[in-house]
Amino acid sequence: MKLSRKFVSDYVSIDVDTKTLADDMTNVGNEYDSCEKLIPTSKLIIGEVVECIDHPDSDHLHVCKVNIGSEVLQIVCGAPNVRTGIKVIVATDGTTLPGGVIKKGTIRGQESNGMLCAISELGLEHKFLTEKDINGIHELPSDAPVGEDAIQFMGLDDEVIDFELTSNRGDLLSILGMAYEIGAIYGKEVGDIDLSFKEEKESIDGKFILDIQTENCPLFLAKKVVDVTIKESPEFIKNRLMASGIRPINNVVDISNYVMLETGQPLHYYDADRLGDKLIVRMAKDDEKLTTLDSQERVLSSSDIVIATDKEAVGLAGVMGGLTTEIEEDTKNIIIESAIFHPTCIRKTSKKVLRSEASNRFEKGLDPKRTYMAMMRSCHLLEKYADAKIVSGMVEYKNMEIKEKEVVVSIDKINKVLGISITKEEILDILKRLQFEVVEKDSVLTITVPTRRTDISIPEDIIEEVGRIYGIDKIEGKAMMLPVMPGTVDRTKRYIRNKLADLGLNETLSYALTPESDGLKFTTVKDVEKVKVLDPMSEDRNTLRYSLIPSLLSVFKYNKARNYKDISIYEIGKGFYKKDGIYHEEERLAVLMTGIYNVGLHKEVVDFYVIKGILEEILESLGYQNRYSIVPTSEVDELHPGQSAKIILNNVEIGVIGKVHPSIIKDNIFVMEINLETLLSFRTKKMQYKEITKYPSVLKDVAFVVKKNITADEIRSVIKKAGGKLLTSTQVFDVYEGENVGNDEKSIAFSLTFQDPTRTLNDEEVMKIFNQIIESVENKLPAVVRDK
Amino acid sequence: MNITEKVKIIRESLEEDIKNVTSSKDCQELKVKYFGKKGLVTGLTSNMKELSIEEKKEVGRVSNEIKVEVTTKISELEEELKIKELNEKLESERIDLSLPSKKLKRGSRHPFQRIIEDVEDFFVSMGYDVVDGPELETDENCFQRLNVPLGHPARDAQDTFYIDPEYLLRTQTSSVQARTMQANKDKTAIRMICPGKVYRRDDDATHSHQFGQVEGLVVDKDVSLADLKGTLELFAKKMLGENTHVRFRPSFFPFTEPSVEVDVTCFKCGGKGCPLCKQTGWIELLGAGMVHPNVLEMGGYDPKVWTGFAFGTGLDRLAMFRYEIPDIRYLYTNDIRFLEQFDRKDEENEIK
Repeated sequence: MKLSRKFVSDYVSIDVDTKTLADDMTNVGNEYDSCEKLIPTSKLIIGEVVECIDHPDSDHLHVCKVNIGSEVLQIVCGAPNVRTGIKVIVATDGTTLPGGVIKKGTIRGQESNGMLCAISELGLEHKFLTEKDINGIHELPSDAPVGEDAIQFMGLDDEVIDFELTSNRGDLLSILGMAYEIGAIYGKEVGDIDLSFKEEKESIDGKFILDIQTENCPLFLAKKVVDVTIKESPEFIKNRLMASGIRPINNVVDISNYVMLETGQPLHYYDADRLGDKLIVRMAKDDEKLTTLDSQERVLSSSDIVIATDKEAVGLAGVMGGLTTEIEEDTKNIIIESAIFHPTCIRKTSKKVLRSEASNRFEKGLDPKRTYMAMMRSCHLLEKYADAKIVSGMVEYKNMEIKEKEVVVSIDKINKVLGISITKEEILDILKRLQFEVVEKDSVLTITVPTRRTDISIPEDIIEEVGRIYGIDKIEGKAMMLPVMPGTVDRTKRYIRNKLADLGLNETLSYALTPESDGLKFTTVKDVEKVKVLDPMSEDRNTLRYSLIPSLLSVFKYNKARNYKDISIYEIGKGFYKKDGIYHEEERLAVLMTGIYNVGLHKEVVDFYVIKGILEEILESLGYQNRYSIVPTSEVDELHPGQSAKIILNNVEIGVIGKVHPSIIKDNIFVMEINLETLLSFRTKKMQYKEITKYPSVLKDVAFVVKKNITADEIRSVIKKAGGKLLTSTQVFDVYEGENVGNDEKSIAFSLTFQDPTRTLNDEEVMKIFNQIIESVENKLPAVVRDK
Repeated sequence: MNITEKVKIIRESLEEDIKNVTSSKDCQELKVKYFGKKGLVTGLTSNMKELSIEEKKEVGRVSNEIKVEVTTKISELEEELKIKELNEKLESERIDLSLPSKKLKRGSRHPFQRIIEDVEDFFVSMGYDVVDGPELETDENCFQRLNVPLGHPARDAQDTFYIDPEYLLRTQTSSVQARTMQANKDKTAIRMICPGKVYRRDDDATHSHQFGQVEGLVVDKDVSLADLKGTLELFAKKMLGENTHVRFRPSFFPFTEPSVEVDVTCFKCGGKGCPLCKQTGWIELLGAGMVHPNVLEMGGYDPKVWTGFAFGTGLDRLAMFRYEIPDIRYLYTNDIRFLEQFDRKDEENEIK
C-alpha cells in the first residue's frame, strides 16, 4: 500500500517528517519498503521562455532565453514544442534529476545554463506518462508564477511511504484506516469525510432490479447518477492517484479509484445505458465466457462470482469489470456498485485471473459501513467533479448483520500475557487513542470494536493492540522460572555424521526435489510409486527423491566439471515414496566415494573394499558387530551387477552398496545407502566390560587354493563351523592369483587364532582342530590346502 | 723366550694390530686373536704345568697384567667404534621430514548442520526436547491446525508445493507444533524445538525453494511475552555473541497473538549501521508470539488454563551470518572447495 502524505493529511494532521512517520508506523507493526519523494529531484523553478531562436549549427535545437525570476538564463533546448511565451520547468546548474546532475556547458558552440524539463524526466513511473510527457517539455499554465517552485506549483510535492502490510490489516488498505492508525500513534483525532450531495426528484425505486442469487454476496448497493461529463480529473485527484500507484484515466474512473483509496471499498461503475435496468449476482457456469476490461476473453468456472444481466455476464465480481458496460468517453449515466463478496471466492478467482487493487481489498475482508460510505462519497465527488446529478434512492441487498463486536478482557490478563505491569489508566488511554469504546467495571474492560477493525475479535487481539501502541519493545525480557527438566535430543545421527567426517568424508546438503527421472533409483524396491508435486517450479524439481544417491552423483558431476575428481561425500536426508496409496518418508544415509581418498605419496584409490570399510565402520561403531552381512545382488539396475550387494541386518534389508553401473556414469564411483530408520530400530547390546584372559593364544596360518568363484566368506564359514568354540578369530591375510595356481584359481590365506579363556591350550589339541578344519574345507568345498 | 719377552712381543703386536682396526667387528677378531683358544695371551699360560712354583707365580702375575691391559685397550677401542658406528648408522637413516604425511583426508561438516547442532545444544541445556516431524505434511497440520483455514490470505506469503489436495511439502516447521500438542496425550507442559527442512515455491539470491527452519514451542501456565523475550535474548547472545541485543516489533502470524518480529543488533557493525543491516543497525531474525488460543484449543489445551509462546527462525540465515556466506545457494551447491572450508572445530559461542 502506497501512502501519499498529502492524501492522508486530509484526515489527520501531524507534525513529524515522513521518515519519522514511517519508522513510527514500523514500531506499531506496519513495515515499509521505501519512503521517498514522489518527484525525486532537487528544486525545480518555474521559468518563462522570453526568446527562442533556432540553433545556428543544428536542425532541431533551439537557443532560448529563460526568465527564472532572479535572472535570465540562456538554455539550449531540443524539444519540438519549445517557443517564446510558454511557462516551463527549469532545472538550473547543479539540480539533481533522476537521470543525473544538470551542469552548465556548451552545446554545439552555444552556452547552456540548465535544462527545460519534460514530465518524463522527473522520475514519475513510466505507466503514468502520456506521449506528450515523453515527446516534449512540459508547458505550465500561463498563470504559473515565474521563479517559484515548479513541483510545488504542480502539486507534485508529495512523499510516498510504500508499506508492506500484514495480511490481517485489510483496514490499512485505505487512507482512512491509515489515518486512524496514525491518529492512535500520535493521539490525534481523525477528520470527517464529506459525504454530502443533493438528490434529484427522480428516484431509482422500482426502476432497477437487483437479483442476488448467491450467498457469496452478503451486501450489494446500487445507485444511479445521470448526466455526467467525462473529462480530465482535477490535478489533486490525478496526483494522489499517481502517488498511490494508480494511473489516472478520466474523472469518473479516477473517482471510483479515489474513493477506493480513501475508504478501502472497491467500487464498480457501469454505463447505465449499456447495462439496462437489472443486475444479477450469481456463480458463473463452468466454461462460461466473459471478455474483461483488458479485452481478454476469460473462461470461468462455478467458483467465480459474476455480475450479469439476463443475457450475459458483465463483470467478474471483485476482480475486473466486463468490456461491454465499461465507462467510455460518451457515457452519460452510471450505475454505481458498492458491494461485499466472499473473500475466499475472490481470492480464488483473482489468483487465476489477476491480482488487482480491488481483489486485494476484497480478499482481506471489508467493513460493511464503508460499503455505504463509499457509495455516498462517490456521489459527493461525482457531483462535484463530473457534474453528476444524483438519482434519489438506492437499491440495497443485505444478507448480513452489521454489528460492532464486543470483547471482554481484564487488566490483569493484559499484564499477565504481556509480562508487564501498566496501569488501568494507561490501558484506557491507549484504547481511546485507537477510538475503541470501553466500559470498565472492576478492572474488567468491555470493548466495542469498530467494524473497520475486522482483525479484532478475541481478548488476545486487544492485548496485542495494547502491546503495540504501548510499545512492544518496552517489554523487558525475563528469565523464565520453569521446573528443571532434562532436555532430550537424538545423538545417534550426530554420531554418524561426525564419524563419517572423521573418516574423511565431506557432508553435503542437497535438494529433495529432483527431476522425475531420478525419482526411484538405487533400490531393490519395485512395488512403490514416486511422489510428484502438483505445481513444480521446473521439470528439474518436480519429484521427491526416493534415494539420495542421484543427488550425490550430481554433486560429483558438478565438481568433476571443475576438475575436482577425488570426491568422498555423504548426506543424511529424507527419501520419499508412495505405497498402497500411503505416503512414506524415511531418513537415509547416502555415501559416494571416488578417486583418491588418502593423503600421502602412496595414493589409495577408492574401490569396493574402501566403501565396504566405511559401511563396516558405521555399523560396528554403532554396535552392530556380527549382526550384518553383505549379500551380492544384481537386482539394482543402477549398480554394477558384479560389484554390488544388499546390506542385511538381522535378516532385514537396510540398504545397498556397490559400484555405479557404467551405463549411468563411466567414472569408477562407489556408493551406498542405508535406511537409518530401519537400522536404528534395531537395538544394540549394552557396551560392557569383558574379562581379559591371562592365557596365551595360538596362531596358525593356512592357505587354500579354490576356484575363483568361491568367496572368502564361503571358506570362512566352513572354517568357523569346523573350528568350534576354541577358534576365536578367522582373518583373511592374503589373496593370490597367478603363475603358482591354475588360471581359474586363487589362493586365499587365513590367519586363525585359537584360545581358551580358562586355560593354556596344548599343541596337540590345537593341531587336532587345525587338521579338522583343513579336512572339512577340502571335503566340503572344492579346495586344496596350499603348502601344507 | 722368557715371559717378559713374550709380553713385549704381545704389546708390540697389539700396538700394530690396533692401528689396523676400523670397526667393532675388527675388535671381535682381535679378541679372538689374543684370547681365543690359540690366542696370544691365552698362550702365555699354556705350559704352566712344566713350570716351577716360583715361575708359575711370576708367569701368572705377568700374564694377568697383560690380560687386563689388552682387554682394556680392545674394549675401549670397541666402545669408541660402536658409538662411531651408531652415529654413522643414524646419520644414514636421516630422512626428509618435509615429505607429505600419510593419513586420511580430513572430512567436513556442513555449516547448515553445524548450526542445527548448536541450536539443539542451546535449547537442550534449557530443558527443551528436540522433536522431528515429517517434511511431507498434511494441509491440516501445516495450516489448518495453526489457525490458517483454507482460503486464508496468510497462505499467500507461503507459496506451497502441493502433492495432492490434502498433502504438501511443509512450508514451515510450525507444523510440528500442531503434532506435538496432539501427541501429548496427558496434556502436560511442553518445551520443544524442531529444526528441519521446509519448502516454498521461491528461488533467488536470498531465497531457496528448500531451506531450514527451527521452531520452538513452550506451553505452560502463566507464560508471558516477557518470558519469550528473555528466552530469545539468551538465544541471540549464544548464537551471535554476548553483545547482541534483541528488539521486538509487532507483527502478524495467524498462529500467534500477539505476534512479534524479533530483530537483533547487527553483528557486523554492532548496531552502528552498515550495508548488511541496510544502515538500520538491526537484522530481522525471528518471528514469534504468544500461541493463539485457537491453536492451543485445536491441540487439546484449554486456553483458559494454558498459555504458551512459539518462535521460528531460518537456519540458513544463521549459518550465513556465522560463516559470512553471501549467497544462500552456496549452501546447496556442494562445491567441494566450499565444503572443505568447514573442516575444523568451531570457535566457542561467537560469530566474529
